[in-house]
Amino acid sequence: MTEHLVTTPLTEDAVMELHAGDIVTITGHIFGLRDATLIRMFDQGEAIPSDLMGAVCLHTAPGVRKEGDHYVKVSIGTTTSTRMNRFTAGLLGKGVKAIAGKGGLLEDSTRLLAENHAVYLGLVGGTAASETMQIEDIEEVWWSDLMPECLWKFRVRDFGPLIVGIDAYGRNLYLETKAKALEATKRLRL
Amino acid sequence: MAIHSTWSKDRYTQVGEAIAALYVKALKDMPPDVRNALTQAERRETVAVGRTVLGTIQRNIGVADQENLLICQDTGTPVYFVDIGEHSGVNPVPLERAIREGTERATVRHPLRSSVVSPITRKNDQTNTGYRVPVIHWEFVPGRDDVQIVIVPKGSGSENMTYFRMLLPADGVQGIKRFVVESVVGSGGNPCPPVIVGVGIGGSADLCMLLAKKAIIRACGEPNPDPEVQALEEELLAAINASGLGPMGLGGMTTALAVHVEYAATHISQNPVAVNIQCWAARRARLVIAPNGDITMGF
Repeated sequence: MTEHLVTTPLTEDAVMELHAGDIVTITGHIFGLRDATLIRMFDQGEAIPSDLMGAVCLHTAPGVRKEGDHYVKVSIGTTTSTRMNRFTAGLLGKGVKAIAGKGGLLEDSTRLLAENHAVYLGLVGGTAASETMQIEDIEEVWWSDLMPECLWKFRVRDFGPLIVGIDAYGRNLYLETKAKALEATKRLRL
Repeated sequence: MAIHSTWSKDRYTQVGEAIAALYVKALKDMPPDVRNALTQAERRETVAVGRTVLGTIQRNIGVADQENLLICQDTGTPVYFVDIGEHSGVNPVPLERAIREGTERATVRHPLRSSVVSPITRKNDQTNTGYRVPVIHWEFVPGRDDVQIVIVPKGSGSENMTYFRMLLPADGVQGIKRFVVESVVGSGGNPCPPVIVGVGIGGSADLCMLLAKKAIIRACGEPNPDPEVQALEEELLAAINASGLGPMGLGGMTTALAVHVEYAATHISQNPVAVNIQCWAARRARLVIAPNGDITMGF
């Protein structure tokens, strides 16, 4: 369980340092997106309004307050990633180097992450109070008609802890743990 | 004939305001029983990643307390359980209106993220309400003179991990046990473990699912009063935690904080079982309206 402080955009070297079970803290920028954002990007094929090379993308739909033209954070946390598993290829194709969320991704995404030298970073679900404090500002909001499932750009300081759930070497801590747990359950006398 | 009510119009207005406050309280202030269960889980945990997750959860609850922030960004589906005392004198029609208006007011005023959309158009009215939502379950309590309203802003990470099956009578209680344990463990980290597992047994299909939801509003770890059901709760909890799935599904000793079972009589040819999972952020708050109009808030 090595601890890493990383800055964005993520380089390939930084990604290859990360191993399943390590702890990561991020300073820099994170893009927020969710089901509706990804449907617009990849199913409807709309041009993505920002460069995602080396980006960290977080599965989220924040609570915000509007002050003038600016959106101010109310509560920003994370959501279940497995729902958005089928969009992994699309994101990696745009140069994304880390997908963050909770609950992990499935086998096909594990392979895609390894092939593209990228990682999945797991937040502790439900810990929005801490994460909201670690987000310094909402710098950009695109596609506000999808509120709250817009494309967001957050500036973060010491965002985490994130647990490396899937590394670029093909290890998926979520699937490994679940398989072991189901195996143990099968052996139970009930 | 109109329903007779001894409540003044003002009292419904006051309850609407109290509901708005109750929704926000539920989202910010974790019930003491859940705090206690999480503290115990952290003390027990020996797996490093599990300790990291449980420590992060504890810090988050502290930050929410200190900074007056929401514990989780998921404002949930607003689900209410209303107990109407026999002698409370309330008319449920304006009470239902007050609950809806209070939910909307909290969402717009705080503001809260609106998590509720039409399932057909996916349109979000930005109020956390919609057609037939908030979800309100009514019970009628003989002999009581108060009204009690419990809100559960039900997070979707756990609600998406909901299971139901019409087992066969020949599958017995053993079939029920296996279904519950495999459903919870098979959900992996998705429902944000350590979870509270709500189990409904018996009834008709609709009642069975309602019982599973009703089970999660019980104070965390409070046993069913029936000793046989309590033994079943303890056995299921031990079996789920023996899996080692752990906090956030990343490995550890506590996958579930508690298992709560509720049951009802069923048909001779049926053996229904429902599982409704509540995340560790098991938010709930209670409003008690006394016969003199005094309103108190708790859990």
